[in-house]
Amino acid sequence: MRKFQKNLTVSEIQFLGGKYVLLKLTDTDPLPEILPGQFVEVLTPNSQTLLRRPISINYVDRDTNQLWLLVAMIGEGTRALGRLREGDQLNLVFPLGNGFSPVQKAGEEVLLVGGGVGIAPLLEYGKYLRENGASPSFLLGGRTAADILLLDKFESIAPVYITTEDASAGEKGFVTQHSILLEKSFDRISVCGPKPMMVAIAKYAKLANIPCEVSLENMMACGLGACLCCVEKTVKGNVCVCTEGPVFDINDLTWQI
Amino acid sequence: MADIKVNIAGLQMKTPVMTASGTFGYGLEYADLVNLEDIGAIIVKGTTLNARQGNDYPRMAETPSGMLNCVGLQNKGAEYFCKHIYPEVKDIKTNVLVNVSGSSPDDYARCAELIDELDHIPAIELNISCPNVKQGGMAFGVTTSGAASVVRAVRAVYHKPIIVKLSPNVTSIADIACAVQDEGADALSCINTLMGMSIDIEKRRPRLSISTGGLSGPCVKPVAVRCVWQVARAVKIPVVGLGGISSAEDAIEFMMAGASAVQVGTANFIDPAISVKIAQGISDWLDSHGYRSVQEIVGAIL
Ligand SMILES: Cc1cc2nc3c(=O)[nH]c(=O)nc-3n(C[C@H](O)[C@H](O)[C@H](O)COP(=O)(O)OP(=O)(O)OC[C@H]3O[C@@H](n4cnc5c(N)ncnc54)[C@H](O)[C@@H]3O)c2cc1C
Ligand SMILES: Cc1cc2nc3c(=O)[nH]c(=O)nc-3n(C[C@H](O)[C@H](O)[C@H](O)COP(=O)(O)O)c2cc1C
Ligand code: FES
Repeated sequence: MRKFQKNLTVSEIQFLGGKYVLLKLTDTDPLPEILPGQFVEVLTPNSQTLLRRPISINYVDRDTNQLWLLVAMIGEGTRALGRLREGDQLNLVFPLGNGFSPVQKAGEEVLLVGGGVGIAPLLEYGKYLRENGASPSFLLGGRTAADILLLDKFESIAPVYITTEDASAGEKGFVTQHSILLEKSFDRISVCGPKPMMVAIAKYAKLANIPCEVSLENMMACGLGACLCCVEKTVKGNVCVCTEGPVFDINDLTWQI
Repeated sequence: MADIKVNIAGLQMKTPVMTASGTFGYGLEYADLVNLEDIGAIIVKGTTLNARQGNDYPRMAETPSGMLNCVGLQNKGAEYFCKHIYPEVKDIKTNVLVNVSGSSPDDYARCAELIDELDHIPAIELNISCPNVKQGGMAFGVTTSGAASVVRAVRAVYHKPIIVKLSPNVTSIADIACAVQDEGADALSCINTLMGMSIDIEKRRPRLSISTGGLSGPCVKPVAVRCVWQVARAVKIPVVGLGGISSAEDAIEFMMAGASAVQVGTANFIDPAISVKIAQGISDWLDSHGYRSVQEIVGAIL
């Protein structure tokens, strides 16, 4: 798939509470082909940082030619993204990475599990699954209700199940404890979130014999498969998360699950 | 328009700007984002005789105006390169050079011998200066006798131009440069990364898996310019300058210090098309300052 380096215009900025910000970027040309689960490498303007930062593509709106980024401001680079103003230009290299699995069969039940800002790529994936004959459900986890982001948007696409550690929204506990896992059977699971959460879901999936893929967030320099900084140990040896991932089948990883 | 063509030890280049080993993959990774033909030369990633898995993750950490890496020469080995990668890169319409590494002079020589057979690889760059492998690599680059032994072994079997890449992590880079010149190196490139370290104080652990790594990016530029200047004054063979270059002005600075050509490394990560933009920028700068050829500024301050 062809990659581009382009300036997009920041057309809308929404602060979602806490450290989260949603950036809606508009392209002057029609957006290129993008797969759900792919990411961008963004140049963070007016900051002390040097390298680009990898951010998942949260949502693609072909009608308005918009691409959304959902960002947790955790350090200098991501905080610089939060300082942008509407009308600013943002330089992206995209689309990068392999993306989530395409629809396998009509009507398949796919559970999309997300935690924290890891929910970002699941929105676009859920939309894709829905539009292409699969039946997605979201299971979103957070410490507290404020961590469950873009809920309206998720609910407009598919059923949403929630857990929070303080019971301020949905069921109390971790995503792996949600009752939906007992009540409903899923054909496969896709996960993006903090590593302990991904490992827990991977364990569950393996035990339950459900195919499962996870989206990794290894630190990156180039995002293009050129520097070999972002490698993950797999059954095939060290492979680049930026090109062979970020999405991996759990059976290809060497996690202790 | 000023003439920016250069000739480094017989290697004809359209522009004086090359891409540095380990930062530009095999070139193909960047094909959508920059016109590869417009790059003076592409130096592909470090290649060793046998395949290497490299170091564990994490392999990089950003530092003020720079980055540390400890990739550790992950590559699939020289034979794999010849069989599977060479057929894909040989038709790129510019110079494609292989960066050769090893853990003994014999290793280097056997790797270079395999590369020697490839018609469309016009030269090699010998990496005697990688700080990220336990054995060999920099161990050779930090003594005159070690550096000489590697170049001697390779010179005996390799028939095309050899560029030797020097380490800045030495007491006298000019001494190493002279030793390498005496063994028949055709050109030198300086510098490789500087050995560095960074600690995550919250986690109380080094940020890199093997603790130390190589520092690159804008922060190393003054060290690199100094190295190029010292080396260019000491040797007769051409010097290729690199270390922190991210603009045409940076490149011109290296050329004035004595570099006949330059390489761009870390800056490729920030702007994949930077190597071509820098070449254009050099040409524009020469025009606006009344120079007819890039040769006129090489070594201007020596
Ligand atoms: C494929 C991919 C997709 C991503 N998608 C998103 C997304 O949609 N939204 C989002 O907010 N973030 C996402 N991230 C994570 C994001 O790239 C990092 O949070 C960001 O690079 C941090 O930059 P910074 O300058 O703000 O922080 P820094 O100052 O660089 O780092 C702050 C702290 O976070 C740690 N850190 C930095 N990067 C990472 C990382 N990748 N993994 C773990 N720890 C890290 C550092 O060690 C440091 O302790 C994604 C990462 C990848 C690889
Ligand atoms: C991720 C990374 C990998 C590298 N791998 C190699 C390598 O395999 N062989 C080599 O000779 N130099 C390697 N280098 C060093 C660069 O080629 C260059 O000498 C150094 O980065 C300084 O230039 P810069 O500041 O423009 O990046 C690597 C550098 C980086 C950042
Ligand atoms: S980030 Fe450079 S290879 Fe993946």
